[in-house]
Amino acid sequence: MLSRTAENLYWLARYVERAEYLARTIDATLRVTALPAAYIGKTNEWDSALLTAGVAGSFYRQYEEANEHNVVDYLSFSVDNPSSIRNCIEAARLNSRSVRTALTSEMWDTINSAWIELQEVWSKGTSTREDLAKFLRFVQETSLRFDGSAYRTMLRNDAYWFSRLGLHLERADNTARILDVKYHVLLPEEEHVGGPLDFYQWSSILRSVSALTAYHWVYRETLKPWLVADLLILNGTLPRSLASCYDNLVRNLDQIGVAYGRQGPAQRHARGVRNRLEHSNMNDIFQHGVHEFIQEFITDNSRLGEIITKQYLI
Amino acid sequence: MAVAFDEMNIPGGDLRPAYQELARWLKETPPEALEYRRQEAELLFRRIGITFAVYGDSESTERLIPFDVIPRIMSGKEWSLLEKGLKQRVKALNMFLRDIYHGRDILRAEIVPDDLIFQNPVFRPEMNGQQVPHDVYVHIAGIDIVRVDAEDFIVLEDNARTPSGVSYMLENREIMMRLFPDLFARHRVAPVERYPDELLSALRSVAPLSASSEPTVALLTPGVYNSAYYEHSFLADKLGIELVEGRDLIVKNNEVFMRTTEGLKRVDVIYRRVDDDFLDPLTFRPDSVLGVPGLMSAYAAGNITLANAVGTGIADDKAIYSYMPDIVKFYLGEEPILKNVPTWRCREPKDLAYVLDNLSELVVKEVHGSGGYGMLIGPAATKATIEAFREKLKREPEGFIAQPTLALSTCPTCTASGLAPRHVDLRPFVLTGSKRTTIVPGGLTRVALKEGSLVVNSSQGGGTKDTWILDE
Repeated sequence: MLSRTAENLYWLARYVERAEYLARTIDATLRVTALPAAYIGKTNEWDSALLTAGVAGSFYRQYEEANEHNVVDYLSFSVDNPSSIRNCIEAARLNSRSVRTALTSEMWDTINSAWIELQEVWSKGTSTREDLAKFLRFVQETSLRFDGSAYRTMLRNDAYWFSRLGLHLERADNTARILDVKYHVLLPEEEHVGGPLDFYQWSSILRSVSALTAYHWVYRETLKPWLVADLLILNGTLPRSLASCYDNLVRNLDQIGVAYGRQGPAQRHARGVRNRLEHSNMNDIFQHGVHEFIQEFITDNSRLGEIITKQYLI
Repeated sequence: MAVAFDEMNIPGGDLRPAYQELARWLKETPPEALEYRRQEAELLFRRIGITFAVYGDSESTERLIPFDVIPRIMSGKEWSLLEKGLKQRVKALNMFLRDIYHGRDILRAEIVPDDLIFQNPVFRPEMNGQQVPHDVYVHIAGIDIVRVDAEDFIVLEDNARTPSGVSYMLENREIMMRLFPDLFARHRVAPVERYPDELLSALRSVAPLSASSEPTVALLTPGVYNSAYYEHSFLADKLGIELVEGRDLIVKNNEVFMRTTEGLKRVDVIYRRVDDDFLDPLTFRPDSVLGVPGLMSAYAAGNITLANAVGTGIADDKAIYSYMPDIVKFYLGEEPILKNVPTWRCREPKDLAYVLDNLSELVVKEVHGSGGYGMLIGPAATKATIEAFREKLKREPEGFIAQPTLALSTCPTCTASGLAPRHVDLRPFVLTGSKRTTIVPGGLTRVALKEGSLVVNSSQGGGTKDTWILDE
């Protein structure tokens, strides 16, 4: 397949995944900030939302204060923020248009319909909380529909594999970023462990990666920080965990390698990262430093993006 | 202007045979049902993303071409005559191009004046003496046809460069079959859906000698911002070929390759929807980023087929148009089956004088214009517009031709005040491969939706209709 087509499919999946993640982040932040001040402490949750989205720097060049209005606007609707939901949807539609021949009609329909629907939101904005909630839900549903149509209708060939690579790489990045920003509340030696403050912080993290219910199913325990970290980093059964993302990345890269009859640096690098995750346990990670571990992971993950690009997409 | 020929109604109240069943159906169908279907059709077009861009229109960059749900119907007999005429015309176009870039018999015979060729910006000296695979220049032609009476088909324009619109022919049919299955059941409409197959086999048949037995065909598009991008992606999809942009291609040792996830892959035939000027920055416009550096040298080396060939603009130029009847006679020794619109060449002083005296009755077109831009429709223009145009014409007479204002035929069309006759034209698509020429029965009918308007171009408020050829 054309390198440009593969590149478009890869980025298309990334944009859709990112839009969903942003919607979840905003949703989770709205919940936490709705709590009485005693429960959330002094941290500015909107600031963390900006940090997890990786856009704090550009935000402050434009705004003075990270409050609900400004951050929601910047993350959702801003045309100046390259990774706002709006720009993700626009980029996804543009990418879809340039690779229409590689998309199934269901996938195209999902993106194009969402794009048409959202034109009105862009022009009018969301004036009420209900409007905003509806919009965030719609973005998440669009991502689910897109993912579902890809899963159910695409041929299992390189087009599918490249699109999955984009999805899992982006997902791993998102999960790692939220851990990076929130790692301090996960540290077991933190004061007030088990206090109401931490409880809401953790449930907010889990919610933003749609893992709150999963936590209870997996551990059958009250929320414990090291278990939250274990779930998001090492638990292979949670689709948004780093381990699960890397299982998928390795599998899809292997399939490409088999189909093309040759492996390369991307396969080797992905396997390396996965092996490290496989051979880690939470004790070691806490010993080594959660923050350092996550930082290394983020670097490795974006390195994989670069290698895939070099090996296949240009 | 005389009363236009109506394709459904015969003056006096009778119906032409091809429209009888449609008329019955229309009587049974309440107008609200038609309106409802029209809205449904619009929704489908938008969801599928069948849009086009209007250049210089910043309001909305993607627009729908209005679709009229009343089909335009032609009898099988009418079609066979038209088909014969089209094949004859395209054959002559190909022979003319071959001659212009090789022996130039037609210039020596003084049928076409030299300067019209050599001073024409669309003439490509790079093509002189160059062998094109299988001597086919115009693989895909879109010939614009109008009618003014029940007998004749008149060619309004030959499109021998990168004619567009065929996706509408195919999608209009799809949508009509979805919306009006009952109406189809009452007619025997010749299918159009084999067009992509015919196109692919025509393209594969003209692969260069150095190609493998399974030649690789790709469609070259200027990209998503091009007004016909939807069509490019639609066709690539239907043909099952790669939709490439200039940056996807690279020339090495005079062979053309595309960059794929598995490395470079040779391309043998390029169905290009990029104009000559932008094909190769080393040969044509150096500022073009849409093209492929070195493509023309691979072409000269005979390692790639371009469809259509480079330099075909010289055959569909509006100044050459007026010579087409003579061109047909010269190469084929036959009388042209399709007529030409009588044309005054403003470059000739006698013609110019006549045109200047009769501007308010004529249509004046730029020789190199297209898309309905830059033309004057005398009867519909204000005095001031005519005077402004007169000055333009005097300054550069060789840039214009003039034709009488034709009373284009009309077809029943949905309007705000019910069904009413609207002017139409037709663009059938003629495919030429190494061995045969084929035409899918039908084409793109364009309709001028405004009452009395004769401009059918989509960029100027025209719409489209499904075109039915009845299989009798």
